[in-house]
Amino acid sequence: MSLADSDHDLIRAELGRDPTPEEAALFENLWSEHCAYRSSRPLLGAFDSEGEHVVVGPGDDAAVVSLPGSDDHWITLGIESHNHPSYVDPFDGAATGVGGIVRDTLSMGAYPIALTDSLYFGGFDREHTRYLLEGVVEGISHYGNCIGVPTVGGSVAFHEGYEGNPLVNVACVGLLPSDRLVTAVAQEPGNKLVLVGNATGRDGLGGASFASEDLAEDAETEDRPAVQVGDPYAEKRLIECNEALLDEDLLLSARDLGAAGLGGASSELVAKGDLGARIDLDRVHQREPNMSPLEILLAESQERMCYEVAPEDVERVRELAARFDLGCSVIGEVTDGNYVCTFPGEDGDDNLERETVVDVPAELLADGAPTNDLDSGDPVQPERDLPDADLGEAFEAVVASPSTASKRWVYRQYDHEVGLRTAVEPGDDAAVMAIRETETGDGNGVGLALSAGAVPNWTACAPYEGARAVALENATNLAAVGATPLAAVDCLNGGNPEKPAVYGGFKGIVDGLADMCRDLSVPVVGGNVSLYNDSVAGPIPPTPTLAMVGTREGYSAPGSALSGEGTLLLVGDAGGALGGSEYLATTGGSDRFPALPETPTPTLRAIADVADAEGTLAVHDVSDGGLAVALAEMVTDDAGLSAAVDDALALFDETPGRAVVETTDPESVTERFDGVADVVELGSADGSGRLELTVGDESLEYGVAEIRELRDVLAQGLD
Amino acid sequence: MTVTVVQFGGSNCDRDAVGALSHLGIDAERVWHEDGLPEDTTGIVLPGGFSYGDYLRAGAMAARSPVMAEVRAAAEDGVPVLGVCNGAQIGCETGLTDGAFTTNASARFQCENAYLRVENADTPWTRAYDEGDVLSVPIAHGEGRFEIGEERYERLDSEGRVLFRYCDADGNVTDDANPNGSRGNVAGVLGERDTVAVLMPHPERATLPDLGSTDGQGVLRGFEAVSNA
Repeated sequence: MSLADSDHDLIRAELGRDPTPEEAALFENLWSEHCAYRSSRPLLGAFDSEGEHVVVGPGDDAAVVSLPGSDDHWITLGIESHNHPSYVDPFDGAATGVGGIVRDTLSMGAYPIALTDSLYFGGFDREHTRYLLEGVVEGISHYGNCIGVPTVGGSVAFHEGYEGNPLVNVACVGLLPSDRLVTAVAQEPGNKLVLVGNATGRDGLGGASFASEDLAEDAETEDRPAVQVGDPYAEKRLIECNEALLDEDLLLSARDLGAAGLGGASSELVAKGDLGARIDLDRVHQREPNMSPLEILLAESQERMCYEVAPEDVERVRELAARFDLGCSVIGEVTDGNYVCTFPGEDGDDNLERETVVDVPAELLADGAPTNDLDSGDPVQPERDLPDADLGEAFEAVVASPSTASKRWVYRQYDHEVGLRTAVEPGDDAAVMAIRETETGDGNGVGLALSAGAVPNWTACAPYEGARAVALENATNLAAVGATPLAAVDCLNGGNPEKPAVYGGFKGIVDGLADMCRDLSVPVVGGNVSLYNDSVAGPIPPTPTLAMVGTREGYSAPGSALSGEGTLLLVGDAGGALGGSEYLATTGGSDRFPALPETPTPTLRAIADVADAEGTLAVHDVSDGGLAVALAEMVTDDAGLSAAVDDALALFDETPGRAVVETTDPESVTERFDGVADVVELGSADGSGRLELTVGDESLEYGVAEIRELRDVLAQGLD
Repeated sequence: MTVTVVQFGGSNCDRDAVGALSHLGIDAERVWHEDGLPEDTTGIVLPGGFSYGDYLRAGAMAARSPVMAEVRAAAEDGVPVLGVCNGAQIGCETGLTDGAFTTNASARFQCENAYLRVENADTPWTRAYDEGDVLSVPIAHGEGRFEIGEERYERLDSEGRVLFRYCDADGNVTDDANPNGSRGNVAGVLGERDTVAVLMPHPERATLPDLGSTDGQGVLRGFEAVSNA
């Protein structure tokens, strides 16, 4: 891929000359879809990113949000995709995705406290899918575990549309004492630019432009050099060094080196401050000999940070970097001119002979890329054509579908407990992290609840409605642990936007997420766009991964496992349709997507209240797989249930915004939902360890061992 | 008294160890490995993590670092030393305890709850329990399979230096309850002195009441037991 002719002409007009090869390469990368959002920017205005608690919104390395209930602690939120690299080299591609989003957290001054991973693969029955899944999970496990950041949630889904193009969407939450905030806005000319971390080598050259094209059939071999290799040990030392630098208040601004390497990070940093820079590229500490200026500028070597430091503090920064055994080089300084990079001329490193290889306005690099005006086709919802499937077979197929089945095989490989904050662990509706720093003498601290994911079947069926449902589903997960939504970040994945049908679907998920988040009063404070997820197998389903956080007082939640002693209620309104359901995916047939509640917030508030009510023994949200999967997941060795529903539609309807509640006080629950949403008594829990379902005039019965066997399909296919 | 929690470049349970000890009222501080042991050290924790990245055998590099020579000397003087997870691997690599922790039978990282049966309650680390007690304590490791030669295993066993074995919820030591294929289901052992102990499970993760189990508290209270002895 090289710079498009129209871009070349525009740059030529702006500069009044032809760009140098280094400049052309910088523009090619920074004006790529991956960095400049050229096709998506016209759509992203749909999101509301402002709110009472938003401190730093979209555009910095990560967003910053204040915590209700705390005066002096904020959190950071960031999300990013590492899709193309994870296809080409699943282990390193996924691992470096974790590294990148963690550095985005560091560069705001925060300490990373939680990760979530949302993963999407082709059919689980294919060997190549299992190879990719194993590699991706191992890569995340290797990197995340080593750096000591718990991976506490996420999602794993399978859909044939990801066959040639899996998705790896990683989100990170950081904790930030409010007096430590650092941004990526350069402060003042004369300050030094200091590069701390790994030495720069020739790895990951052109990653940003590689991520902005369709994956070719030979991508696994051809593109491997564009994938970086991570070193979590270096990242861990970078985390600790960053803390030490913050402790001594040495950082004026910071940006991590990600896509487009040093050229990207340093130019964006100074562009945000309406400033420029002079950088001597040969001063960058390097891992390989004879690197060209272009390679030094664009290499995506991992575990590096660019800091703005006052001249008098440079020595101390060097000392601290050395303490953590990290490389450190003073590469130049902030100026009020252009973004300028120099390199020794052919005659050697005499300063008088330096060659200027880049001399362009920083804002032209950072913000000058024109947007694409693309055609979009309107998605059409399917008609209702329901199958006449055997109930027992359908139940087993849905419960044992890899997308709805147990993800324990995955999260068991992630250290989800390091940090001593994970009060509610993966496997439940949402993780709850204990923010002990907010504890007061006599009261509870803030429990931070996290939910992340998307359901590809939903958005494949109906992009707009499916994306609204994804937002509602994540918010329902938070409500099920008693939390109120606070903010969200999105990772929008789509195929080749130059195809009108693909762009139409992408537009659908953007609007759907934006509209539901607005309805829920959840500001979308940041995000990431990944397009061109298109391979010879075709485009992916439009995939709107949302990572949403919420807060509650205290850290405890009832959990989704039955106690065996209460009445079972289903709360929330069912949409009465099966479009996008796992049921139709396994049995065939089609339907429209279920209607979602117009005003979902009162229902979620009621679910959160009920989760904290004294008589509540268990709460579990209903989502993919419908009531069938929700009920199966609640059964334990010691507790079972018997429940009755009218028909298959009621059992497999996946409308989010609903929950199953086990309670000793059904009257209070019914009262709380009066005038808010439907409450249906399903039956009761017992000590049987069995699931007994009556569906119309048919009945099903499974013991916990049978359910576990059905739900354990990932481990069965991988161990 | 201050317990030193040694922080290597890749340690990641160092803050957790300090947090859990502090919760129990035991004074503790993180000390960067290159700074050496403080003079007033009354106990040492080798915390979990990946010390030097563990690109070689887990703990092998850390075992050869200068601070470990100091830790060995302190241990010989009777200063209590507790190695947890990566700290256990370092302890074995350093020769503080016998045997080795190597790749799990599953060949995968495993983060999950484990049940431990107390095998010897007459040590500083287990005084809070009775022999045969079952503790619920999480594990999180990829290289936790305890291995040792037959004869040395018999000796460890006969000398009462097996501290904990993996078991089921009812205390039965079975293959099914062995999460990583450890010889004899061994989860933790004592050194030559009973003031030195290493274990793969994380007692600091089973200490704070709001995280569930508090069964690990007794292990950490071993530091009090020694200083009061």
